[in-house]
Amino acid sequence: MDSRRVPRTVSDPKVRQVGFFAPPDRFQSGPPVPTSSSPPVSEISPSGNSLSPVMIPPPRNLSSDMSRHFPPAPISPLRGGRGAADSSIPVGSYNPSEFISPTATADFSEDAVSPGWSRKGNSAKFASSLPTGGIGMASVKQNNVPASGLATVSTRMPKAVTEKGGATGEVQMEQQPGDSKTSKEKTTKAERRALQEAQRAAKAAAKSEGSKTQAAASGVNSINANSGKVPKMTPPKKDSSSVAASEKRGGDRQPDKDRKKDVPHPRMQFDDENRVEKAKRRSVVKQTEARSRVELFRHLPQYEHGTRLPDLESRFFQLDPIHPAVYKVGVRYLAGDISGGNARCIAMLQAFQESIRDYSTPPEKSLIRDLTTKINGYVSFLIECRPLSISMGNAIRFLKTRINKLALNLSESEAKASILLDIDRFINEKIILADKVIVKHAVTKIRDGDVLLTYGSSSAVEMILLHAHELGKQFRAVIVDSRPKLEGQMLLRRLVGQGISCTYTHINAVSYVMHEVTRVLLGASSVLSNGTVYSRVGTASVAMVAHQFRVPVLICCEAYKFHERVQLDSICSNELGDPDAIARVSGRTEINYLEGWTNSENLQLLNLIYDATPSDYVSMIITDYGMIPPTSVPVIVREYQREHLWI
Amino acid sequence: MATEIPQSHQNPDPQISLYYQTRAAHHAVVTSDWLAQAQAAVGHHPEDAVSDNSSLKSAGGEESGNGYSVVNEFNNWRKQPDLAEAVAAIRALASVIRSSQATTMMELEIELKKASDSLKSWDTTSISLTAGCDLFMRYVTRTSALEYEDFNSAKSRLLERAERFGEISYKARKIIAMLSQDFIFDGCTILVHGFSRVVLEVLRTAAQNRKLFRVFCTEGRPDRTGLRLSNELAKHDVPVKLLIDSAVAYSMDEVDIVFVGADGVVESGGIINMMGTYQIALVAKSMNKPVYVAAESYKFARLYPLDQKDMVPAIRPIDFGVPLPSKVEVETSARDYTPPQYLTFLFTDLGVLSPSVVSDELIQLYL
Repeated sequence: MDSRRVPRTVSDPKVRQVGFFAPPDRFQSGPPVPTSSSPPVSEISPSGNSLSPVMIPPPRNLSSDMSRHFPPAPISPLRGGRGAADSSIPVGSYNPSEFISPTATADFSEDAVSPGWSRKGNSAKFASSLPTGGIGMASVKQNNVPASGLATVSTRMPKAVTEKGGATGEVQMEQQPGDSKTSKEKTTKAERRALQEAQRAAKAAAKSEGSKTQAAASGVNSINANSGKVPKMTPPKKDSSSVAASEKRGGDRQPDKDRKKDVPHPRMQFDDENRVEKAKRRSVVKQTEARSRVELFRHLPQYEHGTRLPDLESRFFQLDPIHPAVYKVGVRYLAGDISGGNARCIAMLQAFQESIRDYSTPPEKSLIRDLTTKINGYVSFLIECRPLSISMGNAIRFLKTRINKLALNLSESEAKASILLDIDRFINEKIILADKVIVKHAVTKIRDGDVLLTYGSSSAVEMILLHAHELGKQFRAVIVDSRPKLEGQMLLRRLVGQGISCTYTHINAVSYVMHEVTRVLLGASSVLSNGTVYSRVGTASVAMVAHQFRVPVLICCEAYKFHERVQLDSICSNELGDPDAIARVSGRTEINYLEGWTNSENLQLLNLIYDATPSDYVSMIITDYGMIPPTSVPVIVREYQREHLWI
Repeated sequence: MATEIPQSHQNPDPQISLYYQTRAAHHAVVTSDWLAQAQAAVGHHPEDAVSDNSSLKSAGGEESGNGYSVVNEFNNWRKQPDLAEAVAAIRALASVIRSSQATTMMELEIELKKASDSLKSWDTTSISLTAGCDLFMRYVTRTSALEYEDFNSAKSRLLERAERFGEISYKARKIIAMLSQDFIFDGCTILVHGFSRVVLEVLRTAAQNRKLFRVFCTEGRPDRTGLRLSNELAKHDVPVKLLIDSAVAYSMDEVDIVFVGADGVVESGGIINMMGTYQIALVAKSMNKPVYVAAESYKFARLYPLDQKDMVPAIRPIDFGVPLPSKVEVETSARDYTPPQYLTFLFTDLGVLSPSVVSDELIQLYL
């Protein structure tokens, strides 16, 4: 921990290093000065690649910058020994020994950048080294590389470099054991280059997907990045599919390629800068990461909200691989026009239908595989616009399974027609008809004289209330709403328009209002296997208060939203919204106390979108399979798949 | 369906739920000797009943005869005190198949459905009757191979399944008694509530297995069925102590396990049983005593009450022995709902289940 605490005082507050660092004591490509203005990108050594896969080659530009800002130490750029590095450090106010100590393995030849370096970095370099715009970074690096023997190496390196992003603890940990293993690293630059080329070729041949999450695959990763980066924009769809599919928790070391491919809901851990870098390079939507981020939620993506939409809109005509229908849906997600699990899922499936209608198999390619690749590309684009909801993930899994199950002897038009029909059937059976069944079950639980409380705006709950009103049941509705989305107002408008007597209140007052409530009806984005309800933020509070007042809580959720995952808290998986939305109150411009909150070091705003309600607070879940207790969700998940409705 | 039920078969006293009338009728007259005789007599019953009904049936014609004969037959079966209502219903429905004149599968299923509906509407408050009929229909019509056979062999196959179902249900009590023996240890004190034939079977089997235990038996007002139970147990030399209903919390310290039956088991895993069960379960839970429920699997119903009032009301008027002023209201509900968190285990013919498994079973059966 020492290494982390000390640099805190000296590092740029906008960039925080997570994990252990040690100075790079050996740069093949330049002066090994660790105190240079190197950006917080890990050093990568090509020889490290060849000798130990845990080594991460130093970024070429680091060395070039270092050569610019500091006099080169009298060490051969290609064979700096550790001792030489140590001795030649031109110390400013930074003493690398502080960093060396905890990670004190003397064999540490690969290093990550310490925060001290970033402090010294020039701002331009710094900006470029931030994981913003992988391509921009590469170009900057290109610029910075002096025309020397380094140039040849550096052309290769930047790709590897960019993906290494900042130094993460995980990477650091990997490096140490690996470093302790290798102690020679005296190969020539040319040898290392040749070795790397060979490895890259081998890797490209072997398909670079799954290795990204391998702990010890740093060298391999660089090669992957190399091969993956070469076709930068155009079909990164192919690689982005692998990115999307393979991104799991940072600690996931098992690259089972097929399994990852089938995972519909990639949950990339965004505090692992390597992956963030890679994803950046492949991303279609240009987005800058938000600067002031809550530490606890660093594993979730958060981007600056202002710039994404105009940027995406302006690039409409350049997005060849993306079908316009999918693009439209993505833009609407980004703008927040479509919200709600069912609406998003239906919009996405209809966009896919459009794209499949216009699809034609390229020559020499199998329809199944090519179509799957295309769908993967669309999915990763949609993820960039807005992270997938679980319902969308399930729908995508269904679609891919059906594509895979297409008989090989079908003609293209037959195959397409079959898929389109399947999508229609899915939408119809799993969403529209399911809603009707849910409404039918739920109205039996509404009696005359009931006071029904609901939170936010759920499409299922709205249908239930309207239908109960049509049937002539006498009840009163209480709508609880919360900032910043204030979704309940739309629901309120629709209910009042139909003549239902409503009460509208804010979530602060829910414990005040709960004593007169007889039933609580809530919607859900998903229900997980342990009975946890994953829904709009605030739902858990409402359910908890209801439970305390012994009011039954009914969750209305279609069965296609169930997932076999288990989640114990709201932190490990969530979605972060725009923090500026909290800082502003619409219609009240005089409330501007939080203006300029980004400039304050001690203040971070957090705008969570979802939360997890434990199953203890849920009395009953109403699905299209009937009314079930929360303990029976895994049964439904099991039966649901067995009924071959998906397969 | 209601219009087809002849007047004589309507609920003679609408004030009282039919289900509880039946129970009252049974418990008022029957002793265990009678029980033993009745059990022996069961074997001879089917033929008589069937021949009667089939003659009735052919005379009465298809449509109305069906409704008439089913309820008739059901009543015949029901009169045996040892036979559970649902089992009587199942036997009646089996006889419908036997005596059916249908020539196609669809026709037979329609007949069965009609008969089942008429039975259910005859007593809407009985959960086990409804559940038993529904389960029987599912069980019987679930055979997929029926489509490929000719009608007669399909019909005989259906009949076989129906009778097997009836047999299983009839033997359910024995299975439950066997399963629960492990949970009754020597020297334990068991608290029972009201009169449940299943629980009686459990205790009787335990006594026959020479286990040493004693029983606290609540009075079970207003039926006072506890008195009957205590008589029965005393015959088997089981030490019994009678408690008034209010003395449950007072005696709960000495109790080791609580054993109750169930009128119905609902989807959440909770049970619907005689009034007072919820109270006992609450006290037991607060004192950390396990509550065991003995219920046959045909009592699993697709109901999901959210609170006490969320069920079809079953009324049982109470005679206080003194006249009450007209302004005074009396709570006459005959049963209550015990939520699953207060129950420890359910002993069923499917095995020893925890409350959350009930929904599992129901989903598997109904999906």
